[in-house]
Amino acid sequence: MFLLLKYTLLYTVVLMMVALGGMFSERSGIINIALEGIMVIGGLIGVMAIQLMPAGANAFAVVTVSVLAAALAGMIYSALLAFASINLNADQTIGGTALNMLATALAMVIAKGFNGSASAKLDYSNRTFIYEFGPLTVNVFLFIGIVILIVSYIVLYKTRLGLRLRACGEHPQAADSVGINVYKMRYIGVLISGLLGGIGGMAYIVPAVSSWNFEVGVSGAGFLALAVMIFGQWKPGRIFFAAIFFALFKSLANIASSIPMLADLGWTQNMYNMIPFIASMVILAFTSKKSRAPKAEGIPYDKGSR
Amino acid sequence: MSDYIIEMLHITKEFPGIVANDDITLQLKKGEIHALLGENGAGKSTLMSVLFGLYQPEKGEIRKNGEVVHITNPNDANALGIGMVHQHFKLVEVFSVLDNIILGVEPASKRLGFLQKTEARKKVVELSERYGLKVDPDAMVEDITVGMQQRTEILKMLYRDNEVLIFDEPTAVLTPQEIDELMKIMKELSKEGKSILFITHKLDEIKAVADRCTVLRKGRFIGTVDVASTSKEELSEMMVGRKVQLVMDKKPMQSGESVLSVQNLTVKSKRHGKPVVNDVSFNVRRGEICCIAGIDGNGQSELVYALTGLMKPESGHIFLNNKDITRLSVRQRNESGLSHIPEDRHKHGLVLDYSLENNLVLKRYFHKEFSNHGFLKFKEIRQYANGLIERFDVRSGQGPITMARSMSGGNQQKAIIAREVDLGNDLLIAVQPTRGLDVGAIEYIRKELLAQRDAGKAVLLVSLELDEVLEVPDRILVMFEGAIVGELDPQHTSAQELGLYMAGAQRNV
Amino acid sequence: MEKKKEPIGSRLASSEGFLSVAASLICVVIGLLLGLVVLALINAEHAFGDGLMVILKSGFKSPRNMGTVLSNAAPLIMTGLSVGFAFKTGLFNIGAAGQYTLGAFGALYCALVLHLPWYLCLMAAMIMGALWGMIPGVFKAYLNINEVITSIMFNWIGLYMVNDIMYGKGKSPMYDMATTKTYSLRKAAPEAMIPDFGLSEKFGRLQSVTIAIFIAIALAIIVYIVLNKTTFGYELKACGLNKNAAKYAGINDKRNIIASMAIAGALAGIGAGLFYLSTVAEWNPQVSTALPVMGFNGISVALLACSNPIATIFSSLFVSYITVGGTKLSTQYFTKEIADVITAIIIYLCAFSLLFKNKIRAVLMGKHHDAVKGGKD
Repeated sequence: MFLLLKYTLLYTVVLMMVALGGMFSERSGIINIALEGIMVIGGLIGVMAIQLMPAGANAFAVVTVSVLAAALAGMIYSALLAFASINLNADQTIGGTALNMLATALAMVIAKGFNGSASAKLDYSNRTFIYEFGPLTVNVFLFIGIVILIVSYIVLYKTRLGLRLRACGEHPQAADSVGINVYKMRYIGVLISGLLGGIGGMAYIVPAVSSWNFEVGVSGAGFLALAVMIFGQWKPGRIFFAAIFFALFKSLANIASSIPMLADLGWTQNMYNMIPFIASMVILAFTSKKSRAPKAEGIPYDKGSR
Repeated sequence: MSDYIIEMLHITKEFPGIVANDDITLQLKKGEIHALLGENGAGKSTLMSVLFGLYQPEKGEIRKNGEVVHITNPNDANALGIGMVHQHFKLVEVFSVLDNIILGVEPASKRLGFLQKTEARKKVVELSERYGLKVDPDAMVEDITVGMQQRTEILKMLYRDNEVLIFDEPTAVLTPQEIDELMKIMKELSKEGKSILFITHKLDEIKAVADRCTVLRKGRFIGTVDVASTSKEELSEMMVGRKVQLVMDKKPMQSGESVLSVQNLTVKSKRHGKPVVNDVSFNVRRGEICCIAGIDGNGQSELVYALTGLMKPESGHIFLNNKDITRLSVRQRNESGLSHIPEDRHKHGLVLDYSLENNLVLKRYFHKEFSNHGFLKFKEIRQYANGLIERFDVRSGQGPITMARSMSGGNQQKAIIAREVDLGNDLLIAVQPTRGLDVGAIEYIRKELLAQRDAGKAVLLVSLELDEVLEVPDRILVMFEGAIVGELDPQHTSAQELGLYMAGAQRNV
Repeated sequence: MEKKKEPIGSRLASSEGFLSVAASLICVVIGLLLGLVVLALINAEHAFGDGLMVILKSGFKSPRNMGTVLSNAAPLIMTGLSVGFAFKTGLFNIGAAGQYTLGAFGALYCALVLHLPWYLCLMAAMIMGALWGMIPGVFKAYLNINEVITSIMFNWIGLYMVNDIMYGKGKSPMYDMATTKTYSLRKAAPEAMIPDFGLSEKFGRLQSVTIAIFIAIALAIIVYIVLNKTTFGYELKACGLNKNAAKYAGINDKRNIIASMAIAGALAGIGAGLFYLSTVAEWNPQVSTALPVMGFNGISVALLACSNPIATIFSSLFVSYITVGGTKLSTQYFTKEIADVITAIIIYLCAFSLLFKNKIRAVLMGKHHDAVKGGKD
């Protein structure tokens, strides 16, 4: 049971952070399908940062530096999406797809280069990230995640930035007419998604295992986060609950065989993996009439057309 | 100190291919209401966008109180105290009225930017009381009326302490009574020292409120006149460049049997499930133009959608030449004799990225003439298109292969009319067929409608323009909140009377 | 490669066609240059001769390499057609990967379990792909849910489902414990292999060279004809360009959306059939935690070809060619994924090829030109 709790917490935090990232991007009007790719890059750089830290470095320094590295990497990578879709009016979905493909390829090239071998598998120590409370293991990202959730809510609803960001995703012409720089707001939205996606990528990889083969990228976690975001209707609170729901099934996929009661059901890992995706389609089907995606998302903003 | 609060001197703004503003000068006195008059496409919006910082002019300068200023974005305009109510409101639908008003100038804590709305709310309430602009600060914009949305836009300017207020075609969406209300508010504002620029093409409104009027035509400056000493006819001639004969020579009506018969039609909104067309019945006969009048959003669009098959009615029946078409598909209706000039030519009327010839066969590409076992007959399509282009004088860059997108609005509309009229159908439904067009195109289209009527077709015209409603049809039906509330004879009706029906204040059905 | 594009340019015989080709070539050239930069970052000394040149030359180096290019190009043409066809009808089929997965299942199930002949297996692949494509179509038509999001979800659902069935907890009749993949058709179901009519002899006895490439080319031509010469294509494109106008004209938009997604799915499914029935490789149901790359590469070749079915043949050959080139890189200096990096950069650039088009147009005309924006509704 503690195992289930451990995994559920782990995945909840990951999915929530990345989905919140996607939320900021989409609330500003940019569809961010590249979350998967951003996670890969964030995870890769985070892992490399852990490895590059000197052996004697204290735990706090290792965590801080590597998480910051992941966040920064995610932001830089997301800037490619921002540049294409904001400055060049590119199709956001195509741009995002390209970045997903590029991320996996690039991660392998870099990982292999970093290893100096033909394997894209990186080994690292994750001990500094994990704390044990009796039988329960939690990782540092749990705390980061809680802070991010609260801050996200406040930023989105209680600050000037949030109000302006939301206006840009709903009606950029209106925002522009009152002197808000739509391009800047959208950059901010996408970069926040890069930041959270980067950290999320690291949170997905590091606490769970101590070696990762970048051949598989982050095996669809970014797309799952996308589903969490939609399931959560682009709202922080709902995203949190959606993340728990999705995380539960993802955890079951990993450990069902080790829980006797569930093992008896005879469900395979694949089935558990499928459930969140099916659930989100069912929910989407039922809520499609009421669904409230940011109205201007996906539409390049062009000052000329008013 | 200069007499003028704002001067736009010798402004020239070019776009690829056209000069939108050619050496235009406009001087706004402090505290006056100054009308900017011109047809669609005369360059009014461009000029205002220049003033508002959305476009940079190639030549000319702008002065505020005699000093040259550079306005490069709406922020600059705002800093100079210039505000604008855009024709299409710039409101975020899912925000509250208050959030919309403060957007861009939000009171917030210095360091972290936390919103502080208490003060803002006080100021908004104060302003709304002072100028009689009734709004509910906490209502969501999507839930409030168009009139309240407009008041929100005005409050947005007042909240920013703007002293120059631009109104871009503010009356298009209002009832005559609401228009009177707005005029009163504008006068009130000017009395308080605000200077107002009022963009319009409606002469009555200019006569009602404006002190002076600047007229533009085809991007050029025609003149600035004193409104009190200029007649409507003179203004109209300045605007169009010739004497206008919008009043048509109408032959007496020769109406015959009923072509379209609507019985107890009810249509429910997809969004909120309430009826938007409520138990409507009427007939349109051969040889007459019947007009549905009303303020935008009173169910006219939905009525047309239900008639043409784009929306399913909840109950009731539609008969076309005595055949029940209520359950037929769009295609079956078209084939049964229904032509439709849609409200929005870009949304419904044309596939903008199709060539002109492809658009001209949009309703008949599948006929034997143009297809053979599922393969298109390109030669026949080309011939047919060329024929229509010639007959209806549709002008375009490359003839039949021109992309519809690159054609002018007037010619796009002509192409639609050519297509619909040539179907030879008994019923022609024309929804706002002259919207956004210049006088030449308007004349052409009104004549074509009359020609159809004289040829014995039944024409159902839906219009929001009062003068069109009063001049073109043989019979007027007024719609208010989804129901037909009045049937009027255009020859014995005044705009004022029509307005009372449109506002729901009077009914005779 | 520049020469290869010529016939399409003249076929289109319009400036729009020329601009598209030019824009795509710019994407390719910049992509290759950025690839060179990546190579140089890894190993500056060998970047050009042992890097870029190997990628660019290897495809033609031996008949065997050419065979590999062809056998990989065939399925790629199909996924490219799938994505391109959907694009032409206003839909973004990011679900080609999932449809491809289902297609692979259909083909392999018929081959390994039912022992059907190859054309029936191919048919099964087509039907499975069509089914999987139809689902997002139905969601879009009746519930107005964006096809991108549905396709993404169903990509994963399809992958997990197919893996589950093919593996069957290790007991599936399709799963070969020895190789941890599906059984090789060569031994288990030779009748399900697409015939080669002696082609493999010509390409260094590479058995995966079959008539698949010709099937793909033939289908590309058929798709071209359907889109451009028939009333069905007229309707599909009208729906894609302006759904509302299509509805207004009496075209059944719901039926068309579903039909167009089903056709796109069928094309992707056939792609998988061509791949697995030509025995280019076997399916690995256990390690496949990632969707088949072929599906996503379909997006790149479709974009590169501006969704033109005929141009898709050439863009697929090109992408296949540099991918094969990538595998020939000396592992001493580089890794084969460099080719993937180049392809991904090319799609990224394709995302704003409209910008290139307008730039080229401006340069050609030597003056400002009203940039017409090709917006979808």
